[in-house]
Amino acid sequence: MATKVQTRSNILDGLDTSRPLLEVRDLQVEFHTRDGVAKAVNGANFSVERGETLAIVGESGCGKSVTSQAIMGILETPPAKVAGGQVFFHGVDLLTLPKDTRRRTRANHVAMVFQDALSALNPVWTIGYQLGELFRKHRGMSKAEAKKKSLELLDLVKIPAAKQRIDEYPHQFSGGMRQRVMIAMALALDPDLLIADEPTTALDVTVQAQIMRLLAEIQAERQMGLILITHDLGVVADVADKISVMYAGRIVEQAGVLDIFARPAHPYTQALLRSIPRVDGKGRKLEVIEGLPPVLTRIPPGCAFAPRCHYAKPACRERVPSLEVVENGRRAACLYTAEVLAND
Amino acid sequence: MTDHNGFAAGGHGAPALEVTDLVKHFPIRQGIVFKSTVGQVKAVDGVSLTLRKGETLGVVGESGCGKSTLAKLLVGLETPTSGGISVRGEDVTRLGRSGMRRLRRNVQMVFQDPYTSLNPRMTVGDIVGEPFAIHPDVVPSGGRRKAVQDLLDVVGLNPDHINRYPHQFSGGQRQRIGIARALALKPEILICDEPVSALDVSIQGQVINLLEQLQDELGLSYIFIAHDLSVVRHIADRVAVMYLGKVVEIGTETEIYDSPMHPYTQALLSAVPVPDPTLRGHRDEITLEGDVPSPANPPSGCRFRTRCWKATDRCASEEPLLQIRHGAQHANACHFAAPRDVVHAVD
Repeated sequence: MATKVQTRSNILDGLDTSRPLLEVRDLQVEFHTRDGVAKAVNGANFSVERGETLAIVGESGCGKSVTSQAIMGILETPPAKVAGGQVFFHGVDLLTLPKDTRRRTRANHVAMVFQDALSALNPVWTIGYQLGELFRKHRGMSKAEAKKKSLELLDLVKIPAAKQRIDEYPHQFSGGMRQRVMIAMALALDPDLLIADEPTTALDVTVQAQIMRLLAEIQAERQMGLILITHDLGVVADVADKISVMYAGRIVEQAGVLDIFARPAHPYTQALLRSIPRVDGKGRKLEVIEGLPPVLTRIPPGCAFAPRCHYAKPACRERVPSLEVVENGRRAACLYTAEVLAND
Repeated sequence: MTDHNGFAAGGHGAPALEVTDLVKHFPIRQGIVFKSTVGQVKAVDGVSLTLRKGETLGVVGESGCGKSTLAKLLVGLETPTSGGISVRGEDVTRLGRSGMRRLRRNVQMVFQDPYTSLNPRMTVGDIVGEPFAIHPDVVPSGGRRKAVQDLLDVVGLNPDHINRYPHQFSGGQRQRIGIARALALKPEILICDEPVSALDVSIQGQVINLLEQLQDELGLSYIFIAHDLSVVRHIADRVAVMYLGKVVEIGTETEIYDSPMHPYTQALLSAVPVPDPTLRGHRDEITLEGDVPSPANPPSGCRFRTRCWKATDRCASEEPLLQIRHGAQHANACHFAAPRDVVHAVD
């Protein structure tokens, strides 16, 4: 079999390292359903630099996972359709690349860790085979070389007795160990950007702490960019540098981690932070966000959060507030940000 | 005095439910034609608890610690290998069919997954009203529709939605349906097995507040099983921490969270992230190595010793009993128990 030996350098032309590692501009993703067009992502803008951690936070259906899949280029189309926007990787728009080049950017430049490691791994192949496949297909290595590299990776993610475990199947691993295998696979080809979509949601807290620590260590060592998709504000507070909060397909607030937790500028962020119980105090009655997020095929006119918002006034239902700069470098999409900030 | 459920009534603060030395072992079988038992999975291995009237007892622990098996034992969905469960002074582990029916009136369960615990082919009215079909004397047949509508109203659902199907509701609303069904027979005890873990944070709060409000109004006692320690702190009066089928520490919410004594409790609490970035790096961090050992072959002596930084030879040979020791106010099962604050900033 004549496999061409590939390196990362010959995948993308025209990389401009003075541009951000990843820059998403006005990303629009639609799903065409029987009930009409669902705007899953409706104009997302953000960027990530090397060594930086961006957390995208929101509840089910807010578009955070779809955003990550659009960046990776793994959306199922149809029903999904990237209806507009650009995803620049060091200045090269990934969305306009030919299919084959796009495929080769995955794992080499941008890699992903999925939530559910059991369904993301193939049950009929050993861990070693699945890891080695990356090196054989992308790097044209021999079986023996690939196995050696796979072992190094399993050691890197601290899987004990990697020599024995490399020949085992996914079902023989515990949840935490499977997630380590997923991380090993994502790191195999030394990506510049790692997207972790709810990487610890299915895991117990002690294992979650191990995995998050491992990710942080590796990220610091390799100066990777990290996009963490999660609903868990505790995890975000622990690891993120900056945060984008999504609601109904739009980014409603964007700020550094300290700002957002200390003084949220959008009513949704504020309500979310007040609705979570904390382990370090009994707390009072939980504040709740009444009602439900809108159905994406029938997003109300104006601000999508207005029907559940304490601050909402008639103007909120007339036009969609844009993501405006509030103060030094932080943005919020709300007409009454000043009121929200004042109500600490 | 006995009430309509046939159980002797208890006073306020009296035990609503008592569990003594409860054991559930599942046999591991091998062979296709000639089956033989080759081992036991010790899911619950000697648990003793008391749930007082009107209180919430939280049960926390990681996957495989036996907390869900405990829930099933308490509602009679599993038969214990040994040990006793008494509801208002009556041992319910040896009950026959009619005895179980009486028990079920008093002890009901709210399940974790509101997507699979409701039959998609039944209307909400049928789901919530089904307990009345099994216990026809609770509400006469003419009044059932009204009774179901009242229940829907109690849990904050629109009573006019009685003819809708589960798929027409959101996750949080479905959990409310599950709670309405559990309340139908006017039980005194609700066993809630991870009732909010499948829900989004903003919806979690709604359901937790509903459970708290129902407790105040109806005087219910809850066993609240969850892996989310923040949620348990919020709702529980007392907390039991389980590891590999045993309770390793039990105490009031403040005792467990602010001065945990057992190394496992400390490790568990230190791993819970706090939504406050200013605490980053200022909390006492304990990293546990490795995974939980298999409950089919638990370590000798203290079960936590294989992952514990305090373990000595004594821990392997002598099993620490759950008792009050070393000047603590609450019971723990560690030879070397000492308080350590792991949830607040320490420097």
